Amino acid sequence: MKRFDAIVIGAGHNGLTNAAYLAKAGLDVLVVEKNDYIGGAAVSRELQPGWIYSNCSYVCSMMRQAIHRDLDLARHGLLLVPYLGTANFADDGSTLLSYPDADANHNELKRLSPRDADAMHRLEADLARYSQLIRKTLLRTPPDPATFRIRDFRELLYLAKQFWSLGEKEIYEYIRFFTMSAAEFLDDYFENDLVKTTMATPGIIGTALGVCSPGSAYILLHHVMGDVDGNIGAWGLARGGMGAISQALAGAAKEHGAEIRTNAGVAQIIVDNGKATGVVLENGDEIDSRIVVSNLDARRTFTRIMDRKDLPPGIYEKAKNFKIRGSSGKVNIALSGLPKFTNVPDNRYVNRGGQSFCGSMRTLERAYDCWKRGRWSEDPFIESVIPSAWDPTVAPPGKHWMSNFIQYCPPELADGPWTPEKRDQFGMTVVDKIERYAPGFKDLIVHMEVRTPHDIENEVGLTEGNIFQGELTIDQLLFNRPFPGYAQYRMPIGNMYMCGSSTHPGGGVSSACGANAAREILKDLKRPNTVPRDDFYDE
Amino acid sequence: MTQTDPYAGERLKHSAFHEREAALNLRNAWSSWNGYLFADYYYDPDYEYFCIRNTCGTYDICPMQKYMIRGSGAETMLDRMVTRNVGKIGMHRVAYAAWCTDEGRLVDDGTIFKLAADEFMLTCGSPCSAWLEMSAFGFADVSITDVSDEIAGLSLQGPTSCAVLKRMDLTDIETMKPFDIRHFPYRGDTLMVSRTGFTGDLGYELWIKPALGLDLWDDVYTAGEDFGIQPYGEAATNMARLEAGFIMPAMEFNEALKTIHFEHDQTPFELNLGWLVDFDKPHFNGRRALLEESRRGPKYTLTKLDIEGNKPATEAYIYDSRRCRDEVGYVTSAMWSPSAKANIALAMIRTEALSKKLWAEIYYEKELRQYSKVARCTVQKKPFWAPARARATPPPDY
Repeated sequence: MKRFDAIVIGAGHNGLTNAAYLAKAGLDVLVVEKNDYIGGAAVSRELQPGWIYSNCSYVCSMMRQAIHRDLDLARHGLLLVPYLGTANFADDGSTLLSYPDADANHNELKRLSPRDADAMHRLEADLARYSQLIRKTLLRTPPDPATFRIRDFRELLYLAKQFWSLGEKEIYEYIRFFTMSAAEFLDDYFENDLVKTTMATPGIIGTALGVCSPGSAYILLHHVMGDVDGNIGAWGLARGGMGAISQALAGAAKEHGAEIRTNAGVAQIIVDNGKATGVVLENGDEIDSRIVVSNLDARRTFTRIMDRKDLPPGIYEKAKNFKIRGSSGKVNIALSGLPKFTNVPDNRYVNRGGQSFCGSMRTLERAYDCWKRGRWSEDPFIESVIPSAWDPTVAPPGKHWMSNFIQYCPPELADGPWTPEKRDQFGMTVVDKIERYAPGFKDLIVHMEVRTPHDIENEVGLTEGNIFQGELTIDQLLFNRPFPGYAQYRMPIGNMYMCGSSTHPGGGVSSACGANAAREILKDLKRPNTVPRDDFYDE
Repeated sequence: MTQTDPYAGERLKHSAFHEREAALNLRNAWSSWNGYLFADYYYDPDYEYFCIRNTCGTYDICPMQKYMIRGSGAETMLDRMVTRNVGKIGMHRVAYAAWCTDEGRLVDDGTIFKLAADEFMLTCGSPCSAWLEMSAFGFADVSITDVSDEIAGLSLQGPTSCAVLKRMDLTDIETMKPFDIRHFPYRGDTLMVSRTGFTGDLGYELWIKPALGLDLWDDVYTAGEDFGIQPYGEAATNMARLEAGFIMPAMEFNEALKTIHFEHDQTPFELNLGWLVDFDKPHFNGRRALLEESRRGPKYTLTKLDIEGNKPATEAYIYDSRRCRDEVGYVTSAMWSPSAKANIALAMIRTEALSKKLWAEIYYEKELRQYSKVARCTVQKKPFWAPARARATPPPDY
């Protein structure tokens, strides 16, 4: 029977990236995927004829440019198009538009608060400074601070050097920042509630924290540190939907000789004498391999597709207690036309792109309260994008599709399991809220897909539907991700690795986890490294 | 008594589309081209660039120079003037062409439209009546008319451009091959469409009499509403043409007739346009000098470079060693390519150095402080951007 050099479990974007780099180094790589389509949470799906939904992740800013370039993803069909602005809607009917032009933006902020308009410059500089530091770590393997290996020591020194270069004042601020809430952080800058709310929403997206929960300030940073072509904080759409990213990565992986098999869910990782030797598929097939790489999240990997007896004591518990709480839903809507929003000018550039139904700081916190009680938010935070306003390939001409990301929605309800009826009720909560800001919205709906965390877990395989494959809190970041002592992509079983967002640098369509894991694997297999350095910040 | 504008002589001319363009130029980002007020950009250069690559956009080519060359001697006259074989241009076809001085230095480049056996339209970036008339000297039955202000041109470029023209009911537009010309009845007049452009992407150029300019604009924009249409200016054009590897006057070449210093102008071979020079055809301007150059090889060769890192190598020198001791060339245009995700440049490099390893010394600024770095350059043969749709017939709808 054929023995592969490497099996990658899960054809999500990180798994495909990992496979591409292993194959590029000359390894015989097989990617196995449980669904009949690839991409994991970076997919484009035609669920209504003519409409192509990015039905999980929907925008992109973290994709490592060095990888995009190195794997020649442009030739494999990937084009990332930045989108321009967002309209933010407050409960009291007021709005705040964010424009791509700095002066226009300043004028708009001034309308709400001259003080906040000025403070925005300070916030942007501070966030850019904080981002710089984290961005430098994205395509690097975190050091293990407990070992005395030269390599770890050197990497710690590198981080320390970057850290000290911030200057004394900023070092204090930075340490404080990691444990702060988004609300406290923004109180240092702004007085106007809508300005604060607008800036606070990235702090809760995808996380089971509220704007007032410690740690949400970092989540905020995680969402604004990406870039499109060097414009930090900008977000882009993948032409053809997020699946275009996975398709391009798959194209690169295949070009380098990797094989991708769909409808091939893994039942178990085979462990022999403390070493992974292959996988058993759900259909019973056994496939041998020199190494096994899991792109599944840490909890799923260790509690679902491994035999507890094969694991060292403690790891199972760590995996079981890995913080991976589902908190978000997604409602994808096919529309017969563009919705018209109240209280915003008909600005063809800004008004079409993004909408943030953020309400107020209080509304955001109340929405979180619902989640804590095991209910979906009655008045949820909704972040919407209408990709078809930019991308001519995802809806018929003149028609549109709207991606709505909803915070909060629990993976399990207090009053019993999710049912199709409850899911529909959740969907209607969302539609009703949008209708409040866009009268006539409901009449435009052609088709709608409602996804609760429960659905996302079942379809995509993300435990509890957590979009980051594990919370991005400091206890689960850098050398703590997924578990202390196992942050360098090697797992407690020999010949077994992890390459998903459960590893450093965490969630987001960045390809960084998969690439970092490949670099470590190639080191172990004594193969030349094929993974590029992050050339963007080499200066 | 009516007040006359004392500054009239200094004000720039308005193109046939100006009224609509001015309304859309939210940033008032104007510069000029051949005496016309001309947009650098309208809203955001990057956004407009992405319209060319992702949806579609229009570019005002009214300021481009257009000449009608008519008469039974028109073809032989043009053939004598330009380096490529005009006799090989098919009826209702467009050809890119270059013309040189006797010394084989490039005067200008442009496109030749064969409209009839005895009727050609020549378009180019800079006025060249004098050169045309000089070139026509001695040819019987050739008339040259400057129609720059009599024909309005609107370039429609991008992946949805064909879909927009289809929606305008231009019948069978999708059967047009690259460089084809078609005429369509339009509002009691004629709309000429050529499948040409300066972006390396799918695209068309629409030619109309100026009086119908605003009607055409409105029709194109009505049809384009669902296809992401947006006007773009010089900034986006310059990005797109660099990705496509096209040359620009005053960037890659200095027009020979305006060149002061010896050999600070260029030859077609230096500009990597050797394919435009046909030595098999009858005598043409610069033939002897170019023949000689083709034998010994050009001193410089315009080269496409893929440069490591992300700092555009604007105005960088090229060296054949990392230590930057011996200069072997200079960058003419450089940018970060958002589509190719590469740090690209066109550079004039001494031909003999092309076989060596090349390095660019790049200067850049970070918060007022100057930095420099030396980056490895890789010579690239193909354009940085050349999507299949640009050549496909029929082209896709997006």
